[in-house]
Amino acid sequence: MQHMNTVSKDFQDKVLADQGLTFSEKILSLKRSDKPGKVALVNDIIVAKVDLAMAHDGTAPLAIKVLEELGIKKIWDSKKVILHIDHTYPASSEQIANFHSIMRKFAIAQGCHIQEGNICHQYMLEKFVVPGMLIIGADSHTTTQGSLGAFATGVGSTEMASIWASGKIWLKVPESIRVVFNGKLPKGVYAKDLILFTIGKISSEGANYKTIEFTGNVVKEFSIDSRATLCNMTTEAGAKAGIVEMDNITEEYLMSLGREPMIEVHAGKEAIYDKILEEDVEDMEPYVALPHSVDNVKAVGEVEGIPIDQAFLGSCTNARLEDLMITAKMLKGRKVKEGVRLIVTPASKSVYKYALKNEIADILMEAGASITSPTCGACVGTHCGVLGAGEVCISSSNRNFIGRMGSRDSKVYLASPATVIASAIKGAIADPRNYLR
Amino acid sequence: MIFLQGRAWKFSDNIDTDVIIPYKYKARSIDPKELAEHCMEGIDPEFSKKVKKGDFIVAGRNFGCGSSREQAPVAIKACGISAVIAESFARIFYRNAINIGLPAIICKDISKEIDEGDLIEVDLSEGIVKNLSTGKVMKANRQPEFLERMLKAGGLIEYYKKFRKFPWE
Repeated sequence: MQHMNTVSKDFQDKVLADQGLTFSEKILSLKRSDKPGKVALVNDIIVAKVDLAMAHDGTAPLAIKVLEELGIKKIWDSKKVILHIDHTYPASSEQIANFHSIMRKFAIAQGCHIQEGNICHQYMLEKFVVPGMLIIGADSHTTTQGSLGAFATGVGSTEMASIWASGKIWLKVPESIRVVFNGKLPKGVYAKDLILFTIGKISSEGANYKTIEFTGNVVKEFSIDSRATLCNMTTEAGAKAGIVEMDNITEEYLMSLGREPMIEVHAGKEAIYDKILEEDVEDMEPYVALPHSVDNVKAVGEVEGIPIDQAFLGSCTNARLEDLMITAKMLKGRKVKEGVRLIVTPASKSVYKYALKNEIADILMEAGASITSPTCGACVGTHCGVLGAGEVCISSSNRNFIGRMGSRDSKVYLASPATVIASAIKGAIADPRNYLR
Repeated sequence: MIFLQGRAWKFSDNIDTDVIIPYKYKARSIDPKELAEHCMEGIDPEFSKKVKKGDFIVAGRNFGCGSSREQAPVAIKACGISAVIAESFARIFYRNAINIGLPAIICKDISKEIDEGDLIEVDLSEGIVKNLSTGKVMKANRQPEFLERMLKAGGLIEYYKKFRKFPWE
């Protein structure tokens, strides 16, 4: 484990051992540059040093333009800036292709990282994120990256340009909500159901400006894929960050990818929380968020039978290896209902490659699915699965706002990959528990 | 002192960035004028034609929830809106609005005190919102001083151009 250069070793040890501080207070105490060596407490406004700053083709072109307007020729640290071409990849129009060109030229001129064809948050998990980092992304779902014990949050393009210029950001130290999932997870219920349940309970503004820390035996047993799903959708409750602390599962994941933690941060046992939600998961069910808000959550039984036109398995929320494996197991030997289209968009090239090599892709295509290259396309309604007027989609993505996936007269129901697949087979919203093997 | 005056356009709670500006438009353009044409299209496709320069958006809780797209406040500003007054804002929208020089004013109970079409006056320096149609005067939440400075300069770019540093530095 590294020692943060900005503060003394003594201060770092003292902060990490403090039982009265939340995860957010600890990590921001170590990252602050305005008053190094002073503990950052809830509601303090601090200036912090950023470890990684990323943007994508929906936000980077504007950030690049702003940086030019500021008259800044060189970014603060080319090793810490990562550009992703993922939102509309490969380009679906000439205008978008031109934006992609701007990004490629910028990356060459600045010497920063650029990747194309992997969903940004999944790529960050696979390649860059380690516990103890402060990560800022020009994308609201940057919270996903908290699944590896980092503090990761989203901003807009102008602010990203200021970070590229200075390596710093102002932040208000957030209050925290602790969500504890204990018990034995029933069959057919997944991380997606737990986060939909949570958003339904606390509402789409229930965690505004706050950090959600997830823990409990269920979370401790979750893979990084499942943890990423939890942290991803904290944004849908307005959260600044979603966190799963580092443990042996995090360590194994990092080791398999050849990375080491920066700092191991654990919330203090006597830390003060805005709210603590303790949930026994034993009675949990598969849940669905109904149009047009993510907190409009009902048990799948209440919406069973609603006919669908499209089933979408993709996005930064749910298109990882674990999700594709669940899907393949359910779909093997079955067919997608005639008249319904199943679109599968793997989250990254490595996930896609695994699916191709391990018969997952075969099973999906035998069943009638269309597999697209990794992109955010359908989820944001730009390409690879845009909805027409009057169409209904069940989706493993994160938002069901009016017009999100296409026509303002279309409807999006959000659910777990298993519920999406069960629905694709039935041709209507279906309970995945009837299709498990 | 900075005074703003205009009519109110009312919106409900939880207005998300997809209805403010759908991704399909922001994916292909960063031109404020083009974005402005589609402002609030998800709720009212005619909004950009009806709004007059200086008007306000008045909304309930959690205005601007959803994506990080800065094009949302850019579209609002470019169609002539002088400020958004809401009971609360989603965090990225709030930061984005101030960064681009669009006042995002937090004012408790604003939805109850203002009807669509009411004439509003805002004193930005003092944080006071007046409903000139009813005479009701309301106090807005104060922002941290460095954000007020940034807003006064016209946003982050203008502040940096003027002082060659960022307001929090």
